[in-house]
Amino acid sequence: MGIRERLSRLTPATGGRIVNLSRRRFLQGAGGLVLGLYFAPLSSPQSNAVAASAATGADFEPNAFVRIAADGRVTVLSKHVEMGQGSYTGLATLLAEELDADWSQVVVEGAPADAKRYANLLFGIQATGGSSAMANAWMQMREAGAAARAMLVAAAAERWQIPEVELQVEAGVIRHPASQRSAGFGELVADAARQPVPAEVRVKEPKDFRLIGKLNLRRKDSAGKTDGSARFTQDVQLPGMLVAVTARPPRFGAKVQRFDASRALAVPGVVGVVAFDASAARGANAVAVLANSTWAAWQGRDALDVSWDEAQAFRLGSDEIIARYRELAMQPGVPARQDGDAVTTIEMAARTLEAEYVFPYLAHAAMEPMNCVVRLSPQHCEIWNGEQWHTMDQATAAKMCGLTPDQVTITQLYAGGGFGRRANPTSDYVAEAVAIALAARAHGFEAPVKMVWTREDDMHAGHFRPLYLHRARLGFDGAGQLLAWEQRIVGQSILHGTAFESVMVKDGIDATSVEGAADLAYAVPALRVELHTPVDITVPVQWWRSVGHSHTAFVTETLIDEAAAVAGADPVAFRRGLLAERPRHRGVLDLVTQRAGWDTPLASAAAGERRGRGVAVHESFNTYVAQVVELTVAADGRYRIDRVVCAVDCGLAINPDVIKAQMEGGIGFALAMALHGAITLKDGVVEQSNFDSYPVLRINEMPVVEVHIVPSAEKPSGVGEPGVPPLAPALANALFAATGQRLRSLPLPAALRLA
Amino acid sequence: MLTLNINGQPHMLDVPAEMPLLWALRDVIGLTGTKYGCGKALCGACTVHIDGQPVRACVTPVGSVGDKPVTTIEGVGSERAGRAVQTAWRELDVVQCGYCQSGQIMAASALLSINPAPSDADIDAAMAGNICRCATYVRIRAAIHAAASALA
Ligand code: FES
Ligand code: FES
Repeated sequence: MGIRERLSRLTPATGGRIVNLSRRRFLQGAGGLVLGLYFAPLSSPQSNAVAASAATGADFEPNAFVRIAADGRVTVLSKHVEMGQGSYTGLATLLAEELDADWSQVVVEGAPADAKRYANLLFGIQATGGSSAMANAWMQMREAGAAARAMLVAAAAERWQIPEVELQVEAGVIRHPASQRSAGFGELVADAARQPVPAEVRVKEPKDFRLIGKLNLRRKDSAGKTDGSARFTQDVQLPGMLVAVTARPPRFGAKVQRFDASRALAVPGVVGVVAFDASAARGANAVAVLANSTWAAWQGRDALDVSWDEAQAFRLGSDEIIARYRELAMQPGVPARQDGDAVTTIEMAARTLEAEYVFPYLAHAAMEPMNCVVRLSPQHCEIWNGEQWHTMDQATAAKMCGLTPDQVTITQLYAGGGFGRRANPTSDYVAEAVAIALAARAHGFEAPVKMVWTREDDMHAGHFRPLYLHRARLGFDGAGQLLAWEQRIVGQSILHGTAFESVMVKDGIDATSVEGAADLAYAVPALRVELHTPVDITVPVQWWRSVGHSHTAFVTETLIDEAAAVAGADPVAFRRGLLAERPRHRGVLDLVTQRAGWDTPLASAAAGERRGRGVAVHESFNTYVAQVVELTVAADGRYRIDRVVCAVDCGLAINPDVIKAQMEGGIGFALAMALHGAITLKDGVVEQSNFDSYPVLRINEMPVVEVHIVPSAEKPSGVGEPGVPPLAPALANALFAATGQRLRSLPLPAALRLA
Repeated sequence: MLTLNINGQPHMLDVPAEMPLLWALRDVIGLTGTKYGCGKALCGACTVHIDGQPVRACVTPVGSVGDKPVTTIEGVGSERAGRAVQTAWRELDVVQCGYCQSGQIMAASALLSINPAPSDADIDAAMAGNICRCATYVRIRAAIHAAASALA
C-alpha cells in the first residue's frame, strides 16, 4: 500500500463541529468574532463525549481558523507553513470565498502548535508536507468561512429585524437591498459573536465562486516579501538573545572528544562555549559558540579547537556506496509489485534491454539555512521556526526539556524555502537548538538562543535525498512490443529508525523508496519491482521535494521512451496506448502535446546545432503533470533548454496563478537537480560546502516555461512537488531525440560527446 | 565608532571595521530585510546599494563603506526604480518563499537605473549572481520588463 492509501485511511470525514470561541473571548473583552471548528476523531472512543461537551459549549478547545476585528480586518489562521508554495494564500482563498470577505481585508497568520485544533487531516498530526495542504483544508476552511458568514448574517437580521433570506453578502459587506441598509463585517462582529454556531453549514456550488479559480487574486505574502518586512526565523531578535554557531563534526556519527575554548572566548562578543548532544534526534554531537552577534559567533567558532571521537563515524565514499549498491542490484530484492511473471518473460524474450541508473545524494539547500530560536524558562519552552512539523518538534522539545508538549509553544514564521528539509522525522535541527539552549542554561546563560547554521553547516549536516541505484530489464517480442518490465531499486529508507517506520514501512517496503515505480501507470503485461534497503549505510537521509518520485520518475519515463524507440513508435502515441485505463494521465499528455505542437516538427537548428524534444508524464501526490522539453545541442555538445511546456491536472484549481508558479518553480528546481545536483562523500566527508561546489539553477539557465491547467471538478490536490518529477526524464528524452544518446544517471553531463 | 549613512539616516556603530556590512545591518542596526544566504558573494541574497551600485554586503567590511550612501530593501522603495520594481514584483506575484527577493529587487533596481530597457540577455547577465532556490526566474524576468515599461 502506498503512503497515500495508508494516510487516507487516517482521514476523517470532513464533518466537524463548529464552535464559537468568541463567546468566551468576548466576555474577556478581546472583542471580535473568532470561529473555530473542532474535529473529533471519528474512531476515537472519546468522540461521543467530545461531541456532547461541544453541544454544551464547555470544556473543550475549539480550533480557531478566523478572527474578524471591529475594523473589518479578517485574519485567517494558517495551520500550514508558508514556505513559498502559496499555502497562506490558498487557505485564505477557501475561507474568504465562503465568508464572502473582501480579499484586500484578509491577512494570514501562522497557527500555533496544537495538534488537537490544527492537525493535518490527512496525517493526523500537525504537519505540512506531501503536497497536502489544499487537499486536507478544502472543506475545513470553507466550512469555517461559511459558519462565520452565517453568524454575521444572523446578527444583521437580528439588528434590522428582517428575515435572513433578504440579505446579501459581498466583499465584506452585508446589505438589505429593500431598505437600503448595509453594514460591514466589522460593525457586526460584536453581535455576531453572540450568535449560536450553526449546526450545519452549506458551502457554495462552484458556479458561485468569486475567489476560487480566479487568476487575478494576488498572494497574501507579496507585500512583506518585497519591502524587507516579512519575518523569517533568521530575523528574530529577542531581548538579551545570544546567537549560537556550531562547530560540527567532520563525519556523520562523530562525537566531541574534547575542545579548547580559550581562543574562541578571546573573540570580542563571544560570551560562552558549550558542548551539546542532539544525536538522539539525529542532530549533531558538537560544540556551540554563544555570542552577541552572528559575526562574533562565527569568528569564535573559527577559533575553536575541537578534537573528535570518530570511532563510530561513517567513513565510506559515494563510489564505494555505489559499488555496494551495484552488487545488491544483481540480486533479487523484496518485491514491491508483481504482476505476471516478469522474470521468466524477460528470460524467454526475443529481445531485452538492460540498464543501470545512478542518482546521487542531494541537499535541499533552501535559501535560508536552517536555524531556530529557543527561549527556555522552568515551565516553558518557546520556539520560533519556519515550522513545518509542529507535532513532532513539539514532542521532541518537550522530551528534551522534561516538559509536556503543551508547555512547548511554537511560533510558525515564514520559512525561507523547505523542499522537505524542515519536516525532519526526528526534528534534528530543532533538537540542536533546544540542546544548545539547555546547555547554555546549564552554564548559567538564561538568554534566548538563536541557532544559526552557515551555508556550509547546512550542506554538511546531511539529511540528504538518499543516493539510489536502479537496475532495470525490459523484455520485448520479436516485433518490438513490450512484454515485461523488471526494476530493482537500491537505497536507504528515509523512514528507517524513525517513529514513522512502523506505520509506513510494510513487509520490508518503505513506500517512499518505490513510489512512482511500484505504482507504474502503464499497462505492461508483466511487471516486477523490487527493493533493497541497505541499513549499514548511515548517512542521514530525508524526503526531498517529490521524495521517491525524484528518482523513480526518471527511470520509468526514460525507460518507457526507450521501449517506444524499440517498438518504433512515437513516444506520445506509445504512452497513450499503455494508458487506456488512466484518463487523467492521458488528459495532461494530450494537453501538453497539443500546446507544445508535438505533431509539428521543431523549428530547425542553426548550422552545426541539433534540436530535440522530449516528453514525460507522471502522477505524484494525486496530481498529474506532463512536460515537453525543447532544447538545442551546440556543435561542441553543450546544450541549452529553450522551452518547457507543462500541463497539470490538480483537480479543481483553487489559485491558478499559484499553481502556475509552483509548476515554474518545480521545473527550475528539477532542472537544478538534472544539470547540477550532486552531494558526494569521500571517506565519509561531504565534498560540497556552498553554492560554488553545489551549484543550483541560475536565471541564465532558466528556460521559457508555459503552464496549462486541465479544467477539472475533481477534489483539489497539491502542487508543491508534482511539477518536479517529469522534468529530468523529459530532458533526457529530448537529448536522446537530438543526439541518439541515452543518459541514465543524474546529474547530466554539461556537454555530450558528439560523433 | 563608525557612522554609516543608511537609507538617508546616519547610524553610529561601535563594531570592528572588518565586520561585514551584512551583519552590521542585521544584528546591530536591526535592518533584517537584507538576507544571509552564503556569506561568500555566491548567492546575492545580501545585495544592497552603495552609491547606487549593487554590492554584496556579506563580503563588504563595514569599515570600507565610509560616508557613501547605503540603500537597503527597507529604503529602496523611496527611489523611483526601486518603487517600480517592488510594484511589478507585487503585480506579478514573483515571490515564493521570499528569502532571496530582497536581493533580487536590489539587483533589479540597480540594473534598471543603468539600463532602462534591458533585454532578456541583459537581465540574465545582470541577475545571474542572484540565486532563487524557488526558481522564480520566469517571473523575475517578466517583472523587470514590466518595471522598465512603467518607468519609460
Ligand atoms: S550572502 Fe552575500 S552573496 Fe550570498
Ligand atoms: S523566492 Fe525562495 S529563494 Fe527565491
